[in-house]
Amino acid sequence: MSADIQAVTMPKWGLAMEEGMVVAWHVEPGAEVKAGDDLADIETTKITNVFESPAGGILRRRVVEAGETVPVGALLGVVAEAGAGEGEIDAFIARFNEAFEVRAKEAAETAPEPQTLEVGGLPISYLRVGTGEGTPIVLVHGFGGDLNNWLFNLPALAESHSVYALDLPGHGRSGKAVSGAGLDDLAETLGGFLAAAGLEAAHLAGHSLGGAIALQLALAAPARAASLTLIAPAGLGPEINADYIEGFIAAERRKEMKGVLQMLFADPALVSRDMINDVLKYKRLDGVSAALRAIADAVFPGGRQAGALAPRLAELAVPAQVVWGEADRVVPVSHAEALPETLRVHRFEAVGHMAHMEAAGEVNRLILEMAGPA
Amino acid sequence: MAKKSFRQAINEALAQEMRRDPTVVVMGEDNAGGMGAPGEDDAWGGVLGVTKGLMAEFGRERVLDTPISESAFIGAAAGAAATGLRPVAELMFVDFMGVCFDQIYNQAGKFRYMFGGKAVTPMVVRTMFGAGFRAASQHSQCLYPIFTHTPGLKVVIPSSPYEAKGLMIQAIRDDDPVIFFEHKVMYDDEEEVPDEPYTIPFGEANITREGDDVTLVAFGRMVGFANQVADKLEGEGIGCTVIDPRTTSPLDEDSILESVEETGRLVVVDESNPRCSLAADIAALAAERAFGALKAPVRKVTPPHTPVPFAPELEDLYIPTPEKIEAAVRSVASHAA
Repeated sequence: MSADIQAVTMPKWGLAMEEGMVVAWHVEPGAEVKAGDDLADIETTKITNVFESPAGGILRRRVVEAGETVPVGALLGVVAEAGAGEGEIDAFIARFNEAFEVRAKEAAETAPEPQTLEVGGLPISYLRVGTGEGTPIVLVHGFGGDLNNWLFNLPALAESHSVYALDLPGHGRSGKAVSGAGLDDLAETLGGFLAAAGLEAAHLAGHSLGGAIALQLALAAPARAASLTLIAPAGLGPEINADYIEGFIAAERRKEMKGVLQMLFADPALVSRDMINDVLKYKRLDGVSAALRAIADAVFPGGRQAGALAPRLAELAVPAQVVWGEADRVVPVSHAEALPETLRVHRFEAVGHMAHMEAAGEVNRLILEMAGPA
Repeated sequence: MAKKSFRQAINEALAQEMRRDPTVVVMGEDNAGGMGAPGEDDAWGGVLGVTKGLMAEFGRERVLDTPISESAFIGAAAGAAATGLRPVAELMFVDFMGVCFDQIYNQAGKFRYMFGGKAVTPMVVRTMFGAGFRAASQHSQCLYPIFTHTPGLKVVIPSSPYEAKGLMIQAIRDDDPVIFFEHKVMYDDEEEVPDEPYTIPFGEANITREGDDVTLVAFGRMVGFANQVADKLEGEGIGCTVIDPRTTSPLDEDSILESVEETGRLVVVDESNPRCSLAADIAALAAERAFGALKAPVRKVTPPHTPVPFAPELEDLYIPTPEKIEAAVRSVASHAA
């Protein structure tokens, strides 16, 4: 197989994704493309996202046209240098498609499954992907979220690093009998998770409540954190959108939940029926309402943030950066202002609270920059 | 997450609620099997094995084999519910309602009303329904419209294993009498079902497909058929929204009406007899409250007005099929806006 001909394939965004539809191509055949350029919009049953080119060169072929749905891993297009002949490219496509069925079967058999570790008596569910040998990256989701919130990040980060994404206590598939619901308790659980997973230290990336938890751990146990990426984090100011927190806890039905989830995104159209159903399935589990209530009461009492970590940022012994969407309706972007100069701040226009989803490519690059080469 | 069958999902719901709440008991013909006669304990678990294993864990005091007398044990369940237990009684085939209906519609269903709201009746009647089992006309009917017709009863028709577990736990925790319909052809259907207990609220439909052209409302086993049709026609540019009401009483009218307002076309798929059916009821709902939005006649896909035939070929002709649903969808989709 010629080294300068590269396959562009349907990405796998999240554990449940089996196929995706190319909604639109952003690059014409014959045009030059750099790795990281917007290549196509891809729609799954859960969400639509921009797919960035994994390869640089000339987009020689678009194998799948807009409107077509193909399985994960299927050939979408071919990127190659101008020197590669048309015949070589035809042969490449033929070889790829011949091998594809076999590979798809193998991939289905080896697909990563969440595992469980006992931390402080509570089962903590997590997903591990990637085989990098350097310091791993650990991803911590926010209030009401779960490890699947990192669906656009896990594949990119796992190319070079070992990546762990966990479900916080009371969330996802982790235990729902939350005993300590304060920031320090949750940070202790995160530290306990790292220890149980055999990780001395990790590059921590936390979103929202998960950002506050990662920051709290880095302050309490500096040796555990190799770096911090805080995405729209809690903990840096008193304001929080109580309508979101209370609405999320209260919503039992599709329509209520849709309105609540739309607060998370700059583009409310990203909230799909499947996304709402997944959140409702989680919320219906026994013990979830009580766990969310306990965490909200401890961390956001009276609709304000209890933990004031901003004054302690100067103590941080590790490199840290803050990522925020300008259109965040849950934790205000103003909390990114007046931070110590040691923190790099990255703000994204037309991005809401879920910057790691709405600006996944940029956020992935920032996390990888912070983590350094594997 | 483990895949579980419809049968396992209901069994797990019963076991988890029995562990959580000592007032939950199950009763019915051969719910354990082996009581009062020489034989093996826990030999049956109901005629199709849904309650199997419960007796071993919870004992004879909470898993009761009853005589073949529905009027006695359904009445006993109503009385037990009114006096502090949460019984789950198995009316083996809903076709047998004829011998115990007074206990359900005139007693259990009216306690709350007749006692001025001071009595609750947290009983569940589990019952098998539906054709396709080669079980002839006295074991194959879809009689949920009769229960839906009666105020004071809640009526649940789960369409998949995930739905069955969550709706069963909700039914047990509910303070009103709930009639829980299990389609006997679906017991071996499998899907991912969480290990933890969870509840699905009554009165909120599940939207299983989304499309702009036709609204399909379907119940129980028909939901899967409607989904198949929606998936097939999507490839041809006919978009279907499929609505599984989950409960026929209470009925989520809003979800149905909102969808019909958007699509302007309605097909109702109901395995019960056509007269006075859910299909008739929902067609009337659309005619009365979404008349201005309708672009085509409402179509009902139901069996004919006959008993369920015993001859296999005739039984197959009797039951609504994906092909019949597809034809109905095509006929309304061809009406231009």
